[in-house]
Amino acid sequence: MKQRIGVFVCHCGINIASTVQIERVVEAIKEYPGVVHAEDYEYMCSDPGQGMIRARIKEKNLTGVVVAACSPTLHELTFRNVTALSGLNPYRCEMANIREHCSWIHKDVDKATKKAIKIIKTIVEKVKLNEELTPLSVPITKRALVIGGGIAGIQSALDIANAGYQVILVEKSSSIGGHMAQLSETFPTLDCSQCILTPKMVEVAQHKNIKLYNYAEIDDVSGYVGNFKVKIRLKASYVDWSKCVGCGLCIEKCPTKVASEFEQGLAPRKAIYVPFPQAVPNKPVIDREHCRYFKTGKCRVCEKVCDLDAIKFDEEDDFVEEEVGAIVVATGYEVYGVQNIGEYGAGRYKDVVDGLQFERLLSASGPTNGEIRRPSDGQIPRRVAFVSCVGSRDPELHKPYCSKVCCMYLAKHAMLYKHRVPDGQPIIFYIDIRSDGKGYEEFVQRAQEEDHVTYIRGKVSKIYEDNGELVLLSADTLAGMPIELRCDLVVLGMAICPSSGVDELTKKLKIQTDANGFLTEAHPKLRPVESLTPGIFIAGCAHAPKDIPDTVAQASAASSKVLEMFGQKELSHDPMVAWVDEDLCSGCGVCISLCPYDARELEIKEGKRIATVKEILCEGCGSCIAGCPAGACQQRNLDDKQVIRMVETVLSRG
Amino acid sequence: MQDFEPNVVVFCCRWCSYAAADLAGTSRMTANPQFVVIRTMCSGRIDPEFILDAFAKGADGVLVTGCHPGDCHYVNGNYKTRRRMLLLEEVLEQFGIDRKRLRCEWISASEGGKFVKTIDEFIGTIKKLGPIDGIK
Repeated sequence: MKQRIGVFVCHCGINIASTVQIERVVEAIKEYPGVVHAEDYEYMCSDPGQGMIRARIKEKNLTGVVVAACSPTLHELTFRNVTALSGLNPYRCEMANIREHCSWIHKDVDKATKKAIKIIKTIVEKVKLNEELTPLSVPITKRALVIGGGIAGIQSALDIANAGYQVILVEKSSSIGGHMAQLSETFPTLDCSQCILTPKMVEVAQHKNIKLYNYAEIDDVSGYVGNFKVKIRLKASYVDWSKCVGCGLCIEKCPTKVASEFEQGLAPRKAIYVPFPQAVPNKPVIDREHCRYFKTGKCRVCEKVCDLDAIKFDEEDDFVEEEVGAIVVATGYEVYGVQNIGEYGAGRYKDVVDGLQFERLLSASGPTNGEIRRPSDGQIPRRVAFVSCVGSRDPELHKPYCSKVCCMYLAKHAMLYKHRVPDGQPIIFYIDIRSDGKGYEEFVQRAQEEDHVTYIRGKVSKIYEDNGELVLLSADTLAGMPIELRCDLVVLGMAICPSSGVDELTKKLKIQTDANGFLTEAHPKLRPVESLTPGIFIAGCAHAPKDIPDTVAQASAASSKVLEMFGQKELSHDPMVAWVDEDLCSGCGVCISLCPYDARELEIKEGKRIATVKEILCEGCGSCIAGCPAGACQQRNLDDKQVIRMVETVLSRG
Repeated sequence: MQDFEPNVVVFCCRWCSYAAADLAGTSRMTANPQFVVIRTMCSGRIDPEFILDAFAKGADGVLVTGCHPGDCHYVNGNYKTRRRMLLLEEVLEQFGIDRKRLRCEWISASEGGKFVKTIDEFIGTIKKLGPIDGIK
C-alpha cells in the first residue's frame, strides 16, 4: 500500500516555535518520502487544531498521522482519539516529541530545528509500518474468589456479594473470623471485637451470594484475568456437616486434649473440636494428627455418642473446581514466634507471653474468663511489663519493618490490665510511640494520664526468671540510667509476619512478594490494592502489617477494584502485544523463561512445537522478542523492522 | 575533530528513562543535541542486534537506558537488559568497536538531571573517541 502520511507540527505557543523554526520543519518534511501533507498550527491540541487534523485525514485520504508536538505521555491518547473520529485506525497515529526532547532541552535554534526534523522523520518511518490494531477484548466471569476468611476477606466478600455478584470464600481453618475473633477489645474505642465481628461472620454464612468453603485450601489456579479456574481442596473433616447439628456431645466425650490454637496454647481443646464457641460455621472437625483413633486404631468415642451418624472416619480430601473472574488475596498474618528471641527466653518462660496470648487472657470468653491470671501459677500479676518492637525494626537480627499495631495494642493491653487489676502496675518499654490513626494519640494519652500506665523509653536487653519473678534489664534512655525491673508477667509486642503457606499460594497465583514475604502491590502509591497480575487483588495484613480500620478500608478498596472490572461488559487490553511468526519459531522456549507474566507457552501445532502468546496476559514489554534467537517473535507496532528503520533514520546525515 | 558532531542513538523505556528525558525538558535543562531518543516499552525490548546494526550503520554511540534495578515496570525487564548489555560489551571489541561507545544507565522518572548529565558525559566521551570507523 502506498503510504499517505500527514504531519502536523505544533508551535505550542512559543514553547516549540521559539527554538525550532517551524516553517523550515514543515518545508523539509513536505519533501520526505511517504509524506503527502505537512501543516503547522499554534496549538494542535486545541479544538481548531484537532479539527484541522480531522479535516485533513478525510481531504487528503491519509493513511497515517504524525503529530509533532509534546511528549506522547501527554497527548498520545488525545490525538489517537482525533484520528479515530475521522475513521482512521488510531494506531496509525504517533507523536513526534519535539518539545520536551527538543525545543525545551536545546538552545541552539539551528541544531534544534535539524533535530526536530530528524525526530519527525524517525516517527514517520515508524508510522509507515504501523498496523491497524484493535484493543483485545476478553469476556469476564463475573464471580469472585476471596482467599482468607479474616476480617479482610469477610469485608471484601460482603462488599462484592452485596453488589450482586457471587463470591467464593475460601478459609483454611474450620471457622471464618481470623485473628480478629481472638481479640478482646479493640483500640481506640474499646469496643468488643466479637461484638463487631460475629454479626459479619453470620452475614457471610447466610448471604445468598456467598459460597463459603471453610477448612479448605487453594490447590491450583490456572487461567487469567476474567477467566480463572480454581481448584479447591476441601480438607477431610471426618464429620458429615450436612448431618451434624453442632450439639457438641462428641467434643465433650472426646478423651484427647491438645493445646488450642485459638486460645494460643493457653487452654486445651479436644481432638474433635470447633475452634471457638462463636465459630461460623459451628461444625466440628477431627484433628487427625492428634485423634486417638487415627493414632492407635482404637477409640471412636465420638462416633458412638453421635446419634446422627455424622462421624465419617473414612472421609478423604475432596476437590471442587470454580470459575472466577477476579481473586482477592486476604491471607492475613501470624505473630513472629517468641522462640526466635533468645534474650527474652525464647519461649522458655511461661509468664512471657505474646500479644495474642494476652488478648486471650483479657477476653471474657478466654481461658481465664477475662481475669488476668498469669499462665505459670494462675496468680494475678501485680506488675506487668509490656515490651514493644520485639522482632520489628531490627534489620540485623529479625524484621526490618514496623509492625504498626503493637504500640496501640500494648497501650490498650496496659489500659485493660489496669481496669481489671486496679492496684496493678503496667509499664511499657518503647522505642518510639507510633499512634498515627484517628483517635490513636488521644488513646495513648489516656492510657498515660487516666490509667497511669508508665512509659519507659528503652529497649529491653534481657529477660530472665529469678525466684518465680521475671527480671527485665533495660535502660531509661530519657533519664540516662540503667533499669532492672522485677515483674510478674511480660507481654511482648511481637512482629507481625505473613501467614505461613503464603509463599506456596503466591506461586500458584503467580503474584509477587517482597523481601519480607508480604504481597507486592502493583504500585506503592497509585495501585495499592492490585497485584502485578491483572485480576488479582490484595487486602489486609497479607500486604503489610495494618490495623483493623486500615484492613477494612483496603478490603473495600480491593472489592471496588473487582466491581470496577465486573461493571464492564468485557475487558479491554492494549493490542501492542507480542506475536509469533510460526514458520520461523523453532519451539526452543527461550521466550517462556523470559516472560514475567506467563503469557508465553509451548503448543504443538501440526506436529511442530510453537511458542504461542496468550495475548490477554501479554503486557507488551518485549523481553521475549529481544530474547528470541530466531526473530520469530515480534511486537505489534514496534517490530524489529520498525526499530531498525527508526535507527537508520536517526543515523542518516542530512 | 573539533567540529565532529556525533550521531548518538538513545533507547529509553517508556516508564522511567523516557519520562526522565521529558522531565529534563519540562525543567528546561540543557543537553547536547547530538542524539535522538527511540522509545520502547521496556529496556528489555532492546535486542542487542539493534545496537550492532546501529554501529554498522554509523552510530558513533548507543545509550541504553531503563528503570533502576528493582523498579522495572515489567517486574524484571531491566535485569535482562543488563545481562544482554554486559555480554554485548564483550562482543563489541571483537568487531573492533570501542566498548565505551555503548553505555547502559538506569534513570528513574524523577532523574531529569541524571538524564542530561548522562547524555552530556556520553557525547563527550564519543567526541573524544571520534567518529566510528565501521565494523571490522
